[in-house]
Amino acid sequence: MQGYSRKVIDHFRNPRNVGEIKEPNGIGRVGNPLCGDVMVLYLKIEKGVIVDIRFKTFGCCAAIATSSMITELVKGKTIDEALKISNQAVTDALGGLPSIKRHCSVLGEQALRAAIRDYHKKATDGIQDDERLNKMKKNKHYKNQYAAQNKKSLNKSIKNQRDSI
Amino acid sequence: MRRIYFDYAATTPIDLEVIKTMSQYYTKTFGNPSSIHYFGRKALYGIEKSRQIISSFINAELDEIVFTSGGTESNNYALKGIIYANRNRGNHLITSAIEHHSIIEPCKYLQRQGIKVTYLKVDKYGLVDPQDVKKAITNKTVLISIMYANNEIGVIQPIKEIGRIARDKGVYFHTDAVQSFGHLPTAVDELNVDLLSASSHKLYGPKGVGMLYIRKGMRIMSFMHGGDQENGRRASTYNVPGIVGFGKAVELARDKMGDERRKLTSLRDKLIDGILNNIEQTRLNGHPFTRLPNNVNVSVGSVEGEALVLNLDMEGIACSTGSACTSSSLEPSHVLLALGLSPELAHGSLRFTLGRYTKDEEIDYTLDVLRRIVNKLRSMSPLYKGRG
Ligand code: FES
Repeated sequence: MQGYSRKVIDHFRNPRNVGEIKEPNGIGRVGNPLCGDVMVLYLKIEKGVIVDIRFKTFGCCAAIATSSMITELVKGKTIDEALKISNQAVTDALGGLPSIKRHCSVLGEQALRAAIRDYHKKATDGIQDDERLNKMKKNKHYKNQYAAQNKKSLNKSIKNQRDSI
Repeated sequence: MRRIYFDYAATTPIDLEVIKTMSQYYTKTFGNPSSIHYFGRKALYGIEKSRQIISSFINAELDEIVFTSGGTESNNYALKGIIYANRNRGNHLITSAIEHHSIIEPCKYLQRQGIKVTYLKVDKYGLVDPQDVKKAITNKTVLISIMYANNEIGVIQPIKEIGRIARDKGVYFHTDAVQSFGHLPTAVDELNVDLLSASSHKLYGPKGVGMLYIRKGMRIMSFMHGGDQENGRRASTYNVPGIVGFGKAVELARDKMGDERRKLTSLRDKLIDGILNNIEQTRLNGHPFTRLPNNVNVSVGSVEGEALVLNLDMEGIACSTGSACTSSSLEPSHVLLALGLSPELAHGSLRFTLGRYTKDEEIDYTLDVLRRIVNKLRSMSPLYKGRG
């Protein structure tokens, strides 16, 4: 099937962890600007551990398979561990993807990061603006994501985030 | 596993009678038609017989048919050949936004060479308005190229009217008839066309062979230079078995066309009605009546086409989609976008094309499977909001 591995086909046929979580404490919704696909990821985090994870995806075989695989890889992991999972790791776990389908694998990683970001945002809810900003700035998970970026853009991201809250 | 083929617009299986006719041209009658000895003459006879069948099928003269390697070559030959040979007459070409890639890409190439190209818009059904053609013509217009029937959505263009306008204005008119050839009546004098492309493998003939009809008296530049085959218009040793097979396929199509059209139209409508009535949030793409008898193109809301096609394939059903996810450019079908479909609906498009060996019960089976698959994919789609 167009160079899809067995693993990909398996996850496409029988995707794991499909659906929604009733009361999630983190939701990540991302779209793939390249072909217009959408993924939503729901997290239930307890004491820093991802105890439940579900997804819904509108996309191709590769997008569905990566969505399914990332939920398997992440379930039961701590937030720290989860954030270390890259789209390359997901692709590898699937036995690779055809080169034209590589872009589909970013959907999973991005949705996971967005969901964790959402979790942190929710966790700081109810705190005054400045205080929240400080807390977010100090938060290592939040920082981790922007580690590669410089301080200025970190501040900008936080500001954007605050504006969108 | 039971396998059902619903991709006859992509290609068709060769009819066994065609194979039978062809096979002796590989072994016994293998000569080069350009040789003057017995073997050559026998092969030449096969070619000329084929030419005769095809020319009489379209009401043309024998030397108005040039055999090519297929639809893409015929389209390239028509466009570039006419434009290059008539540079003194002008530099403008008119075509539509929903042509096949083998028209669109040569047009883009010609644009890079300084030719002006107008891509006419189509209405929501995919129809070109002949009045738009008329308005687009300038005194620099050399050629109009509008397809007879569209490969994706099956819409049939008003070729006759466009041809009449072209003739009135003294502009050459080419039609890409690859998808309709052998399925719709194709008399060139009635259609008012000056050039017409066809391909053999769309009508149960062999792959790698096609033809371009060129009305007598046209100025056209050849781009295969070498031997003097086809009166010097296309050099290259004849693909004898292919051409013979093409002729046989046209002969069969000529005899079966009427019955086949009736049968396919009713199967087509059964499939369309079945989908629209039994699966919510679906729509038909293309025109409800002015469409090829074998073409079904629908959009299924909130699901992506590649996932649909692969799921259907796993159940033994072969069809295609205009989804961005299956194209290397990651853009949805230009035809569906030209109809005004949102990218999301183009994403969820499915094309079923029926043919000579399609059975009634295959339609029932497909409707069943499709509904199941759509439900499954919708249950995991973040875009899906069920009614009520
Ligand atoms: S999600 Fe569109 S190509 Fe994979």
